[in-house]
Amino acid sequence: MEPRRPGRTVIDPKVRQVGFFAPAAAPERTQSTPIEPSSSPPVSDMSPSGNSLSPVMIPPPRHASDTHILLAGNSRPVPHFPPVPSSPLRRSTDAVPVVGSYNPSDAFKLDVASEFPDDSSEVTASPGLVRRSGSGKFASSLPSGGGYDLMVGKMNNMAAAATTGASSLTTVSVVSNLAPGVSEKAGGTLVELQNDHPENAKPLKEKTSKAERRALQESQRAAKAAAKAESSKGPVVSGAVASGNAKQAKPAKPSTHNKDSASVATVEKKGGDRQSEKDRKKDVPHPRLQFDDKSRVEKAKKRAIVKQTEAMNRVELFRHLPQYEHGTQLPVLESKFFQLDPMHPAVYKVGLRYLTGDISGGNARCIAMLQAFQEAIKDYSTPPEKTLIRDLTAKISSYVSFLIECRPLSISMGNAIRFLKSRIANLPLNLSESEAKALLQSDIDRFINEKILLADKVIVKHAVTKIRDGDILLTYGSSSAVEMIFLHAHELGKHFRVVVVDSRPKLEGQLLLRRLVAKGLSCTYTHINAVSYIMHEVTRVFLGAASVLSNGTVYSRVGTACVAMVAHAFRVPVLVCCEAYKFHERVQLDSICFNELGDPDTIAKVPGRMEINYLNNWTHSENLQLLNLIYDATPSDYISMIITDFGMVPPTSVPVIVREYRREQLWL
Amino acid sequence: MSEVSSFQNPNPNPKISAYYQTRAAHHGVVTSDWLAQAHAAVGIGPDSDDFSTAAGAEPSSVGKGFSVIDEFNNWRKQPDLAEAVAAIRALASVIRSSNATTMMELEIELKKASDSLKSWDTTSISLTAGCDLFIRYVTRTSALEYEDFNSAKSRLIERAEKFGEISYKARRIIAMVSQEFIFDGCTILVHGFSRVVLEVLKTAAQNRKLFRVFCTEGRPDRTGLRFSNEMAKLDVPVKLLIDSAVAYSMDEVDMVFVGADGVVESGGVINMMGTYQIALVAHSMNKPVYVAAESYKFARLYPLDQKDMAPALLPIDFGVPIPSKVEVERSARDYTPPQYLTLLFTDLGVLTPSVVSDELIQLYL
Repeated sequence: MEPRRPGRTVIDPKVRQVGFFAPAAAPERTQSTPIEPSSSPPVSDMSPSGNSLSPVMIPPPRHASDTHILLAGNSRPVPHFPPVPSSPLRRSTDAVPVVGSYNPSDAFKLDVASEFPDDSSEVTASPGLVRRSGSGKFASSLPSGGGYDLMVGKMNNMAAAATTGASSLTTVSVVSNLAPGVSEKAGGTLVELQNDHPENAKPLKEKTSKAERRALQESQRAAKAAAKAESSKGPVVSGAVASGNAKQAKPAKPSTHNKDSASVATVEKKGGDRQSEKDRKKDVPHPRLQFDDKSRVEKAKKRAIVKQTEAMNRVELFRHLPQYEHGTQLPVLESKFFQLDPMHPAVYKVGLRYLTGDISGGNARCIAMLQAFQEAIKDYSTPPEKTLIRDLTAKISSYVSFLIECRPLSISMGNAIRFLKSRIANLPLNLSESEAKALLQSDIDRFINEKILLADKVIVKHAVTKIRDGDILLTYGSSSAVEMIFLHAHELGKHFRVVVVDSRPKLEGQLLLRRLVAKGLSCTYTHINAVSYIMHEVTRVFLGAASVLSNGTVYSRVGTACVAMVAHAFRVPVLVCCEAYKFHERVQLDSICFNELGDPDTIAKVPGRMEINYLNNWTHSENLQLLNLIYDATPSDYISMIITDFGMVPPTSVPVIVREYRREQLWL
Repeated sequence: MSEVSSFQNPNPNPKISAYYQTRAAHHGVVTSDWLAQAHAAVGIGPDSDDFSTAAGAEPSSVGKGFSVIDEFNNWRKQPDLAEAVAAIRALASVIRSSNATTMMELEIELKKASDSLKSWDTTSISLTAGCDLFIRYVTRTSALEYEDFNSAKSRLIERAEKFGEISYKARRIIAMVSQEFIFDGCTILVHGFSRVVLEVLKTAAQNRKLFRVFCTEGRPDRTGLRFSNEMAKLDVPVKLLIDSAVAYSMDEVDMVFVGADGVVESGGVINMMGTYQIALVAHSMNKPVYVAAESYKFARLYPLDQKDMAPALLPIDFGVPIPSKVEVERSARDYTPPQYLTLLFTDLGVLTPSVVSDELIQLYL
């Protein structure tokens, strides 16, 4: 109730609309949006550049006084907006940045779209460049940036061309190293496009901010063009080095465009502080692709092998996560099988199996991926004039981005990839290619054996000590580790009963149930709806996990949090079984910021029961959104113990394990 | 063969945990039950003695010239020696008498000895923890560090000898670090007889702090009576409560001080029966609960609930005969979960319960 009060919503500069509501103005909301009838408000609210920037950007001085008045007494009529009721005021605070050009990137996006409606590639490419400069990255890397901006700001548009010419001269010398990387990666086309672009540059009007951005962009183009001319003579090796640097700085970056930007950022540094900059970058987690960031998604799409069509009606809160129409990709991919030159068939096969859901579960997916990589490494040969370490890392990266397109990586896979890449990067230089390949393959084997298979055995050994005769053990979903624990305890002759709790739509519990019953365990099967009923007779809850995060939060199949909370309320100990290689140093407080969306159709339809498919033709209705989350986050308060290959530890000790053994895990 | 079988059922008197036998002997508490059982123990005793002398007589091929358990029991009789220290001394004598020639051999021998010690009394946590700690130390010491095997061996023995000192020092350190928490005019509730807590309060009294102590009676072995005796000797105002009066007098109490039989991985403690309910009462009245424990009591155990550990049994004297149909709960200790503890005073410093696991991980992995 409290947060709904108008006073609070007015004070709050960032409006996060929580809940499920339509992206277009919903009928009952129409009266609350009189200020911006033309644009659809939630989209502008959720646009990442507008909303997720630091609050420093938000309050314009003129408006701050308004909020002060509102703070002083929100019942008092506000002189600036007399006709507006109190609740839309918050919308007006959102609108201000756009109007007052506090949000340059958005403004620019609009400008570009209006000015070059035909040149689509240019439109998609440019906002990214400028946004990055707006976010301060570029400005910090170019020391003269601030002054330069100011200068351009004073210039009128007649002189703009001259300035760009002059400034391009100054920047060329700095950026010249960049060009090989760019020309190699993006091909000549983009640069050529940019090359001939200045001719059809239109005179700029109205806004100074637009002029600024425009000038900056043109100077960059000129610099690139000049650099390209230089690079045609220059050595090719430097390009390889530059791209290699970029990759090392951001190893798991999915998009090649981002790599370019990284090379811009790193190469523009002088040699001295490049190292420290790289280190700093390593510390900062690289941003995940946010799927409500339209321009980046567009770019990512262009490179994508798997053509995914995005689902129409997505839940507002989860727009930053990818959601595609399911069932459309497979035929396309199959038809492409012989065209996909760079993709190794083993990787391709694994990717397709992820896509269809053949392989699921953290361990299975991780093992399948590692084995595919093993195959790929076996068949790998270093191209001429390249080094194995760098080229293979690039190869693996491309495989990984293909796998991400098929299905977002699990955290276990992410850790395994990190391991593999660090092994490649740390290969001794004097090894021959075949030796290096053999070493890598045996490393992967060791990882699978020690970190996954052996770890499971240790977990089973520990967990079995917590099962007593007469226990009733509850599990949720299907976890391979938990299954092994039950089977082993049964082999030891312990007498216990298992309650398998399951949920739609995957019904993975049935598979587990089948295997347990076949082995002669006595089982009870129920759905999650009945968990609060069944819990009072349960003595232990065993859960699997996709990952355990640094604050002890357990990231697992959706529904796990519910089971853990019910168990906690009934004072039943909750034991989470998770191999240490799945631990992650990230901290997550909710299930929103990072998650995976499944096929929404599966929750709308019940297969084989036509008579209750009430939502048959509704899935494309505008004001219906379906949310099929795959994971959720269980707070550490509800977890009694985490059983891992380092023994049984409380959730508060996860950071210790991450801290002490992360290094060892990477080096194995 | 006989050797193995005697190790499997080594405790001659299964009705009372060996740990509490020692404690009763140390504390001079004699109950009628205890006397009867002591008699019974004597009846069985000679057997095991026979065996150990027999084993000692022939220089066996295993290299075990004597019984580690006897050695342990000898050490244990010294009242000021902690159980873990006795265990380590016993293991040191294993090293001394062993005729192993390699480090690996010695390790295996030690492992066997510690296993038999542990299985001799599964209820004693500090015994288990002490054995584990020493084995850990041995495996971390490689003979390569020293010029030859013999010097490594003597180094290990030296270390084991020192351990008693270390344990004594640990108590001093704990007494020092906990002084800041005792303020003038405070009332401290103490449960059980803990040498560490005694040391803490002794130091506080020597530092001329003015405080009052409430002692619970500590049924069934009346440890509270003994503790109040000690307090009276120090001229500290002390009041005895029956165990069920804890909640009644909790509003007068400023802090609760308890020792620990063992500190487990979750950060909770296993201690004398009644600690859990005192902690619960204190928690609900927002009074801090402080645990004083040496770091060698940290054990790699993780009980999930009260019944999740080997029960240590204790005879209970009700004063009147109990009909045979009536069942008696004879467990001597309980487990207090970490959320009811405020701080742990250890020789590693003042720790929150969650740090225990961190220390254990660093110690054992």
